[in-house]
Amino acid sequence: MLERRGLRAGPKMGFRMNQTTAQIDVRPSAPHRRRAQGREVIHRHGVVVRVTHWINVVAVSLLLMSGLQIFNAHPNLYWGQYGADFDRPLLEMRAVGAGTDHPVGVTEIAGHVLRTTGLFGVSGGRGGQPEVRGFPRWATLPSWRDLATGRRWHFFLAWVLVINGLVYLLSGVASGHFRRDLAPTRSQLRPSHILRDIWDHVRLRHPTGEAAKSYNVLQKFAYIAVVFVLLPAMVATGLTLSPGFDAFAPWLLDLFGGRQSARTLHFISANLIVLFVLVHVAEVFIAGVFNEVGSMITGRYAIRTEAGR
Amino acid sequence: MTLTGFSRRRLITSGTLALGGLSLAGCDRLSRAPDFQDFIGRAQGLTLGSQRLLLSGQPLAREYARKDLSPVFKPNGSVSPSDPAYQAAAETGFTGWRLQVDGLVRRPFSLSLAQLKALPARTQITRHDCVEGWSAIGQWTGVQLGGLLRAAGLLPNARYVVFHCADDLGPARDGSDRYYESVDLFDAFHPQTILAYAMNGQPLAVAHGAPLRLRVERQLGYKQAKYVMRVEAVERLDNIGGGKGGYWEDRGYEWYAGI
Repeated sequence: MLERRGLRAGPKMGFRMNQTTAQIDVRPSAPHRRRAQGREVIHRHGVVVRVTHWINVVAVSLLLMSGLQIFNAHPNLYWGQYGADFDRPLLEMRAVGAGTDHPVGVTEIAGHVLRTTGLFGVSGGRGGQPEVRGFPRWATLPSWRDLATGRRWHFFLAWVLVINGLVYLLSGVASGHFRRDLAPTRSQLRPSHILRDIWDHVRLRHPTGEAAKSYNVLQKFAYIAVVFVLLPAMVATGLTLSPGFDAFAPWLLDLFGGRQSARTLHFISANLIVLFVLVHVAEVFIAGVFNEVGSMITGRYAIRTEAGR
Repeated sequence: MTLTGFSRRRLITSGTLALGGLSLAGCDRLSRAPDFQDFIGRAQGLTLGSQRLLLSGQPLAREYARKDLSPVFKPNGSVSPSDPAYQAAAETGFTGWRLQVDGLVRRPFSLSLAQLKALPARTQITRHDCVEGWSAIGQWTGVQLGGLLRAAGLLPNARYVVFHCADDLGPARDGSDRYYESVDLFDAFHPQTILAYAMNGQPLAVAHGAPLRLRVERQLGYKQAKYVMRVEAVERLDNIGGGKGGYWEDRGYEWYAGI
């Protein structure tokens, strides 16, 4: 039987509370530290959320890196149905002076030319000598140029992502996790509440007590955007790149404005996921890395109660 | 022992970085391990199976309008085969050239370019998707492969159609770098699978595969074999070339290139 999650204080919370190790830490502490800290342990993440989260960590990381390997085979992006060497790209990574001792990496975005040696266009090869490539070695899977192996990784992991994602989505609907924990409450959606939440984030303040038992509204927005918009967009734009799938669902070409547009959107969505991960991991560190990471492993999450403030 | 918040954080950060570095090295090792690569390569079967299910009604790949044509269609791979017999044929405008249709068929035959052009033709404006990521739109005119195979009469054990080409993409001249490709009967009999002799209303240029190239529209560019000399019906692929069903397949790419 799935355990009830205690993210929001409900009628069942009293029962849960008796089982958890609510305790007040009254050890004497240094003069300038908090006098006493109340600590309450709740059950935060269900087992399906925990398992699918870590599978997703591996799959998304490796999909990103194998995706950059595939991107490097033609490090240009276009808009529309077609786009190749003779067409005008939106973004292009290239080398100026390739074959010389000092090639310069260049990235051109919508007509703006940037020198990006070391990162895009030209970066260190195996022996450290400059190598002409889109993204650098450390960002691609495998690190050396190998499109066939990159594709093998990518399509294997794409299946892992999709199957894992379906398990997560079905379980989230069936268990009520989405409705209970991800859907913002009416009071959370008040502009004044959202503004206060933004201000709290700017000051790196995190809720305590009852408020810490549920996700805050910005957190919910971020998770909803990733779960219901960005990851599905990755899958849909990725499928649009498949000439086989296009024959089955040609409307995808209309939805995204063409195969090359879909490729550009696939790249942009991947970057937005990277941005989410950077903020997500930073928040984990700010909020307490042991407690946060621990709760995604064991499910148990400690919150500071109001008594500790 | 207690750690201060600062040093604890540093420990975690450096630990995470070290773990990240190790996993990068680990993934590179796995990329070199043939057994692991075989394992993740099995996902190809899942892709093929699910796409075949979705495409069981044999829908057409999108066909575009003339205004959608790429201004310049990038020639890729071989652009000028060095084979002397091919070059001699090209010099005469392929007048003495003949396409062989044989293998597991009841009535093997060969056709001249003029005979091919006299057969019912199909013209289609489609998108060519290279495995590298780029796309180009071109108009192709040619003979449906299915019609040729029906004329030849496939034997019951024929399962694949192999396209033998005139170009060597690698440096070897002993035949091991000779280009070839294959499709199964599901794609061979698709209405858009044609052997094209014209592109954008003009005779097919040498850079694009003259005199005849394959168009199998629901797959990637490397399946679109150029310089097709011979069409052979076979039961199995493992005794041809490197055994994987095509030049690029023998070099690690998927045989099913619908994705």
